[in-house]
Amino acid sequence: MSFLSTLFPAYAEIFLLAMVSVILIADLFTSGRTKTVTYLLVQLTLLGCSLITVATHQNGVTHLFHNMFVDDLMSDVLKLLSYLAVSMMLVYSRSYLLARGLFSGEFLALVLFALMGIMVMISASHFLTLYLGLELLSLSLYAVVALQRDSATATEAAMKYFILGALASGLLLYGMSMLYGATGTLDVNAVSAAIQHGVANKALLVFGLVFIVSGLAFKLGAVPFHMWVPDVYHGAPTAMTMLIGTAPKLAAFAFVMRILVEGMQPLMIHWSGMLAILAVLSMAVGNISAIAQTNIKRMFAYSTIAHMGFLLVGVLSGGIEGYGSAMFYAVIYVLMSLGGFGMIMLLSREGFEADTLNDFKGLNQRSPWLAFMMLLLMFSMAGVPPTVGFYAKFSVLNAAVAAGHIPLVIMAVLFSLIGAFYYLRIVKLMYFDAPESHERIYMQPDSTLLISINGLVVLALGILPGTLMSVCAVSVQQSLLLH
Amino acid sequence: MIGIETIVFFMFAALSVFAALRVITARNPVHAALFLVLAFFSMAGIWMLLEAEFLAITLVLVYVGAVMVLFLFVVMMLDINLEELKEGFWRWFPVGAVLAAFMIFEMVWVLGSRQTAETGAHLAKHAADYSNTKELGRLIYTDYVYPFELAAVILLVAIVAAIALTLRAGRAKKKQDPSKQVLVKSKDRVRLISMPASKKVSAQPDAAKADQVKS
Repeated sequence: MSFLSTLFPAYAEIFLLAMVSVILIADLFTSGRTKTVTYLLVQLTLLGCSLITVATHQNGVTHLFHNMFVDDLMSDVLKLLSYLAVSMMLVYSRSYLLARGLFSGEFLALVLFALMGIMVMISASHFLTLYLGLELLSLSLYAVVALQRDSATATEAAMKYFILGALASGLLLYGMSMLYGATGTLDVNAVSAAIQHGVANKALLVFGLVFIVSGLAFKLGAVPFHMWVPDVYHGAPTAMTMLIGTAPKLAAFAFVMRILVEGMQPLMIHWSGMLAILAVLSMAVGNISAIAQTNIKRMFAYSTIAHMGFLLVGVLSGGIEGYGSAMFYAVIYVLMSLGGFGMIMLLSREGFEADTLNDFKGLNQRSPWLAFMMLLLMFSMAGVPPTVGFYAKFSVLNAAVAAGHIPLVIMAVLFSLIGAFYYLRIVKLMYFDAPESHERIYMQPDSTLLISINGLVVLALGILPGTLMSVCAVSVQQSLLLH
Repeated sequence: MIGIETIVFFMFAALSVFAALRVITARNPVHAALFLVLAFFSMAGIWMLLEAEFLAITLVLVYVGAVMVLFLFVVMMLDINLEELKEGFWRWFPVGAVLAAFMIFEMVWVLGSRQTAETGAHLAKHAADYSNTKELGRLIYTDYVYPFELAAVILLVAIVAAIALTLRAGRAKKKQDPSKQVLVKSKDRVRLISMPASKKVSAQPDAAKADQVKS
């Protein structure tokens, strides 16, 4: 009993694993096409995980399993947000997937496995667990994308995702093995200490760092490692795209924080330069290519690339402001893309995907409320006040100015202005163009309610961003022991 | 003074580099797979030199014995058209060559500028009765129990994914949704298109095209 009670910071993970196993078995004995029992069990599991994470929270940084697992405020906050993102994703995508026969018990189990990978990554403090968490997440996502077997585009997307993802994992592993060769340890804190004390071979470290940054850029989808993003976002069923584009981004943020900031803080002078190049290229390619897209999922893919560039600007600025604003940006990005993809699924129906720009023409005449929600989401993505997207961009730029990256800030502002065009084009299509189809929109009560909350939260957080911002800043400060 | 260990090491190292090169240059896929087996064998030899007997034996048993045999089966069963695979190779060769040259230049530049020889920590030598297997077992179930469990979860994901991707159960049944049926209006279902009762012969191709557009 005493051994079990020492594990309490990891109770959420243990509970999740136990529940996935229960769900896998329970799903076999529940009949019915709608999988209501399994679905409710999954939602209950997510609720239970949140309660456990809140209940097992403690101040300070706790290490477990021989320094392989870390529990701090940042991990708890990111985990809670991940549960929320996965839960919202399931509400949005339920009817969409049911109409396509994809809402199976295996899908739900794989989503929970992906969530587990996210949690492992968020609270990893050892390169081995970071890698295993990443693989757990990636493998579940590859399988989820490939679930629609009858669709050639989904299979192609899954293949591309798998092959490029495997390449990225290889790069990461190669970099990690070099770090191990240079420092003789895989423990994040020990690596950091070894670098600080100058014990490690500098050339080998920088060489390993290049591979690690490339692998991270692949996973984040930053230019020039972004090739997979548009194809996968476009090819995968929208629900799967939403799954890829939301909660894993929180894990990716945690991954960057754990590897670069906690593990290689003394090498910041090297990696901040690399991140600056990635950030500028991502913002440029993302925002400019998005203009040319006619498919809204592809457009969101390029917009993701641009947003990841912005996030990197926050990370490379450093300090509590920089990391805090990057975390805030990641959270807000997840919130906005949940709404954006949710809207696509809400407008889709059996045998029809509302994924081209033309499908949004005249949405105001068909459903003024949905059009207004989409307007809020698009304004937020473009960074128009008073929505929260403006504040997220503002805080990142603020941190970058404080760190003295003036040219970077100028470029970020310039590319955001270019990016505003394609977000506002959707608003124009919704309000000023005649609809192409007058088909009645069947509004699922649960997703409609959720998208209303989602849109209004984007507005409310824009007016009152203080609480979330200070939560982000405090959690980053506590977990990195910054002052 | 070169000891026997160094000679053996260089022999295995040269063999593995040769085998790895032949894997990517062999024309016949079966030969490539067999060269991969050779590469595994020589790597196992190097691990043996590093006193990692358990890993060396596992590599031979698992990879050579199981994975590569399966691989050979697949390669022999699939009818791989080599010409198709090579199509476009020379078209993209200049781009690839430039990229590769650039990367090699960068690597040489980074590694050549400073000393990298004195890097690795030296391995401790163990007595003859030291059991590598026992140590691995102890570590896996104590210090590394968390990654070990995670690896088990990854295997479970692989099982679930493999079943979900290959099992063809009965098709989803057609189901009625009363709330959607109530919402349907007659004008959603029936569309009246006014068309001339008779068509002129000369205008037939145009009319056919117009019909296609409408439908």
